[in-house]
Amino acid sequence: MNKSDYWKENLRLVTILLLIWFAVSFLFGIILVDTLNVIRIGGVGLGFWFAQQGSIYTFLVLIFVYTKKMNALDRKYNVHEDD
Amino acid sequence: MELTTLTYLFVGATFALYIGIAIWARASTTSEFYVAGKGINPVANGMATAADWMSAASFISMAGLIAFNGYGASVFLMGWTGGYVLLALLLAPYLRKFGKFTVPEFIGERYYSRTARIVAVICLILASITYVIGQMKGIGVAFSRFLETDYDTGLYIGMAIVFMYSVLGGMKGITYTQIAQYCVLIFAYTVPAVFISLNITGNPIPQLGILSTMAEGNTYMMDKLNLVVSELGFNEYTTQVLGSKLNMFAYTLTLMIGTAGLPHVIIRFFTVPKVKDARATAGWALIFIAILYTTAPAVGSMARLNLMNTIQLGPVGEVTSNIKYENRPQWFKNWEQTGLLKFEDKNGDGRIQYYNEKNKDFAVKADSFGWKGNEMVKVDRDIMVLANPEIANLPNWVIALVVAGGLAAALSTAAGLLLAIASSISHDLLKGIFKPDISEKEELMAGRVAMAGAIAMAGYFGLHPPDFAAGTVAIAFGLAASSIFPALMMGIFNKNMNRAGAVAGMVTGISITMLYVFQHKGIMFIPGTSFLGDMSPNWFFGISPNAFGCIGALANFAVAIGVSKMTEAPPEHIQHLVEDIRIPAGAGAATEH
Repeated sequence: MNKSDYWKENLRLVTILLLIWFAVSFLFGIILVDTLNVIRIGGVGLGFWFAQQGSIYTFLVLIFVYTKKMNALDRKYNVHEDD
Repeated sequence: MELTTLTYLFVGATFALYIGIAIWARASTTSEFYVAGKGINPVANGMATAADWMSAASFISMAGLIAFNGYGASVFLMGWTGGYVLLALLLAPYLRKFGKFTVPEFIGERYYSRTARIVAVICLILASITYVIGQMKGIGVAFSRFLETDYDTGLYIGMAIVFMYSVLGGMKGITYTQIAQYCVLIFAYTVPAVFISLNITGNPIPQLGILSTMAEGNTYMMDKLNLVVSELGFNEYTTQVLGSKLNMFAYTLTLMIGTAGLPHVIIRFFTVPKVKDARATAGWALIFIAILYTTAPAVGSMARLNLMNTIQLGPVGEVTSNIKYENRPQWFKNWEQTGLLKFEDKNGDGRIQYYNEKNKDFAVKADSFGWKGNEMVKVDRDIMVLANPEIANLPNWVIALVVAGGLAAALSTAAGLLLAIASSISHDLLKGIFKPDISEKEELMAGRVAMAGAIAMAGYFGLHPPDFAAGTVAIAFGLAASSIFPALMMGIFNKNMNRAGAVAGMVTGISITMLYVFQHKGIMFIPGTSFLGDMSPNWFFGISPNAFGCIGALANFAVAIGVSKMTEAPPEHIQHLVEDIRIPAGAGAATEH
């Protein structure tokens, strides 16, 4: 239980979240957009939806998951701020 | 009530509110002036950040770009929101832990170098000034319509108001004012969107409206729009790309890392009490931003549909399908006055033909109808949001509200940017480097003089803007992306990054980006001085100047890492400093040195 383990766990969490960040925007919204557009949600293709709506909702979830997990991690390694 | 009276009433009332708040919360110390004394709650701070962030580009310009670029404009939607993920995960908590006032202060201390601090100040000023130019364009458009003058006069009036407004409060005043401005702008943006979505699709929620069918008939709204635009030779709305897929990728990436490198946004994370709050602020800010950003695709697409339907009344090719010029609606006349909308009767039939004359196949067809070219010779993208409620025949109070909202968006961002510029000159250059014994009073005075200079310069360039408001702002992001973000990120995540590496990286990144922008857009954006035309065949792999910041950032990372490997590692105490900012424990209030 030391600071370097804390930092490693932090990096692992950040990496996973950034992979999702990349997937919903660059991958679904740009690279694979034509393929995903075959699937339709209402009047628009799924790729278009990710590019103009879905990616933004996902970003929100990512930040709140990060905040929650990091606050827990701070306590686990006892590096949180004084209350 | 008359539209003009209502508009004066709304704009006047909101201005009185902002100035009242600014006076009430006026800063008395430098800590309050720069970082609001670090006492702002994360939800309130998130709201202020959102207002600071959402500028004339987001409010006035973005939906217009969406309207005319369809899917291609997704780069703005993803780019200007995705950056908050980078900010929250990679920078915000650490910069808050470091606990200083400005971005160059962090860079100067982390890289134990005055040179690094000065380079950071220069990069920050270049990015911020370019950004303010974009705001000035937006303010000029809003005022010219509101006061029914030409664009230049609108711009001068806007400059005067920004000046009065920004010298009033420091960060404390600005933060509380921005909370009010957020409420005004989000209300002004969503109300017309709800009305229009209800009119067109029968669904009052704009985010769902774009997925729905038309209020009459079973056609999906997006399919209808695709049909309407492609019948007149325009690209299909939901599939048209911005340049190429590669350009869209680069554009999005540039806006994202630029977001995380813009000083006026980063400063906001210094204003909260704790590291925990810095993480949460990014989330709250993005919630408030997302309300507007997920509405914008509906505003853009529905405005386009309404615009097309106003001019093209029936089947393409029938003479009576094109509206007579003398029958044009009132909003059309209003915008003609500003010079931002222009009609030219090329075939002399007294009717308006609006189509894509650059589409060769369609031009043949148009010729057979007796059309002599596209007669809507100018449709400035930046007017779409302001004209939208008029085009949709919404009541006058909604139109007045939108004008007030647009001004709130432009003013809140201009104030935040001017504060970032002023603090980097008065705190970093003057107090930090040239005159460390300066008194607090003199420091504030210097900041105000710097603000005035920045407004004058931005106003001058605002008369000859290099692009639409959102495009100009995108260039600012490129500059921030290529210089500040890499230096900050490596400062936290790479313990071995040293002075020489960071300075070489920043200089390389911003130089490459500026050179690329200037060679296509003109030196200092002066028309006629570009040595390579602003056309896609001259672009590096088809990447537009606005999207080039990420290439500059890559060069920054590569050069910095290369140089740091060849030069001496940073001293022991700097490595300890980096270890210290990586853990939240022990974050106190900001310290003066």
